[in-house]
Amino acid sequence: MTPEDARTPMSTQPSRTPDAAVAISLENVHKWYGQFHVLNDITLAVHKGERIVVCGPSGSGKSTMIRCVNALEQHQQGRIVVNGVELTNDVRTVDKVRRNVGMVFQQFNLFPHLTVLDNLTLAPIWVQKRPKHEAMKTAMTYLERVHIPEQAGKYPGQLSGGQQQRVAIARALCMKPEIMLFDEPTSALDPEMIKEVLDVMVELADGGMTMICVTHEMGFARTVADKMVFMDAGSIVEVAPPQTFFSAPKSDRTQKFLSQILSH
Amino acid sequence: MARYPESPNEIFAREEEPDEGWRRPPPSNSLPLRNVVGDWAKANLFNSVPNTILTLLCAWLLWETVIPMTQWGVLEAVWRADDPAACRAAEGGACWAIIANKYRFILFGLFPYDEHWRPLVAMLLFVVAIAVSCVPRFWRPWLAGLWIGVFVVCGVLMWGGVFRLSFVENARWGGLPLTLFLSVVGIVCSFPLAIVLALGRRSDLPAVRAVCVGFIEFVRGVPLISVLFMASVMFPLFLPEGVTIDKLLRAQVGIILFTAAYLAEAVRGGLQSVPRGQFEAADALGLSYWKKTGLIILPQALKTSIPAIVNQFISMFKDTSLVIIIGLFDLLSTAKAALSDPPWRPFYLEAYLFAALIYWAFCFFMSRYSQYIERRLETGHRRS
Repeated sequence: MTPEDARTPMSTQPSRTPDAAVAISLENVHKWYGQFHVLNDITLAVHKGERIVVCGPSGSGKSTMIRCVNALEQHQQGRIVVNGVELTNDVRTVDKVRRNVGMVFQQFNLFPHLTVLDNLTLAPIWVQKRPKHEAMKTAMTYLERVHIPEQAGKYPGQLSGGQQQRVAIARALCMKPEIMLFDEPTSALDPEMIKEVLDVMVELADGGMTMICVTHEMGFARTVADKMVFMDAGSIVEVAPPQTFFSAPKSDRTQKFLSQILSH
Repeated sequence: MARYPESPNEIFAREEEPDEGWRRPPPSNSLPLRNVVGDWAKANLFNSVPNTILTLLCAWLLWETVIPMTQWGVLEAVWRADDPAACRAAEGGACWAIIANKYRFILFGLFPYDEHWRPLVAMLLFVVAIAVSCVPRFWRPWLAGLWIGVFVVCGVLMWGGVFRLSFVENARWGGLPLTLFLSVVGIVCSFPLAIVLALGRRSDLPAVRAVCVGFIEFVRGVPLISVLFMASVMFPLFLPEGVTIDKLLRAQVGIILFTAAYLAEAVRGGLQSVPRGQFEAADALGLSYWKKTGLIILPQALKTSIPAIVNQFISMFKDTSLVIIIGLFDLLSTAKAALSDPPWRPFYLEAYLFAALIYWAFCFFMSRYSQYIERRLETGHRRS
């Protein structure tokens, strides 16, 4: 039984069998920026179809951790294995991993000189060598899934922040990744646009995508997360299902953090 | 008890009062032009004492310059005369007759007189090819083929030696075709070289970076004249005996290398302006270095550096006139050489103005064209 079959839409119950295949595994990962120990002995396993929400104060290493997963940052110690491929200094392993991992950035990072449609088809055509018409068809399918097919011909600069972020999600999905990484996808958005992006992410989660989201949207976390990961000062402090995480956090630091962000 | 306004007029009248502008009738075409101009002048030219002084000063300067220039250049000018004596007789007027008499020499230099149609056709071909290249719709692979064809045809026309065209050695090329040739080949060749140098300077490979930095810093550190001197005088010393490389080619290579070094820095400026997120997004999508650079980074970097790049091209176009020091006769040199005819010598101003006008026309075109391209490439992302 695959995790996708077991999942009912919008369920909050983790439904994976414990032996579901591991999609991402980080083992004793360390990273330093000079003297600064940005990742300190990170060990985390993400199973196929699992949705992880990572939270923690700024500077705690959340973004760095997920950026290590697709090698935008290099770790210096430990092992990172993504879909059975261990990340090494070899460019080929990096390429292999990136082929399966889509990423959505805080600042959208759409290509401003290309239309929305070209943003979506560029990598499928040039990296995956898919025929142009097929790439365009796929792109339109995903644009419909993020509810903005009518913007296909526009340039990113002509869209609102929320629309741009949805295009960015669609762009990542066009590569048909098995894993999606979200690096604070709603932090740069005006409040009224956050929902439209979160809605798309919830739909994606319901489809069974393996996801790691760095976000402070606790409502979203409660809805979709299978596991909450709380980080502080480069270490993982607590890993728990959302029910326990929000109602009975074990560590003091988690309690303090939650009280700060949930108090208003 | 409150008093209500008795008529609508009363309301309007009272509301109008605070703003004087409301009352003034809008300027309409029915007003006498004199009034419109007068009002405008009063509002813009004479609205304060300093402004009035400035206006009068400018008017006086214009009076002092435009009037004599018109008199010299148009009213009292001699337009056609085969004899410079006619020019000398008409004192105080420009002698445009020198252009009428010497324009073929100024444009084509020492090229055999009877064969002037050849550089003329070559030049027109060049201009047509440039014009075609300027239309974004024609930015297709065949454009490269067109240019190769144009170069071949121009080479045949200029050198000759085939198709019953007499052979003309390139030491006799000169004037506008030479200037155009040096500039266009310079632009076409230095641009890709500059991109490679700029990318190399940002490379992660220390050897590549060192070579690029070394080249750029060395070439930028010496004047173009010395580069040309080295190309023409020193370089042959290092060649094995019997091997000679054409002087024009050496000058051309010197110009290309010199321009490329400057251009590389302009391109690097553009590369630096591309946000890091663009690199990361391309990486995350799995694009290789060259695809990332060619599809994502360079299009944005070059767009930002258009003003600097065109600046460099304009500067290089004019710098081609320095080839005079190694004995090549570009447009400016032929204008100067035309004055070596003693009777016409007093009219150097006219000859130089003529050359300057041609230079200006090309540079102005480049400048306007770059603005057009900038507007065309604007995709609205600056707004956000």
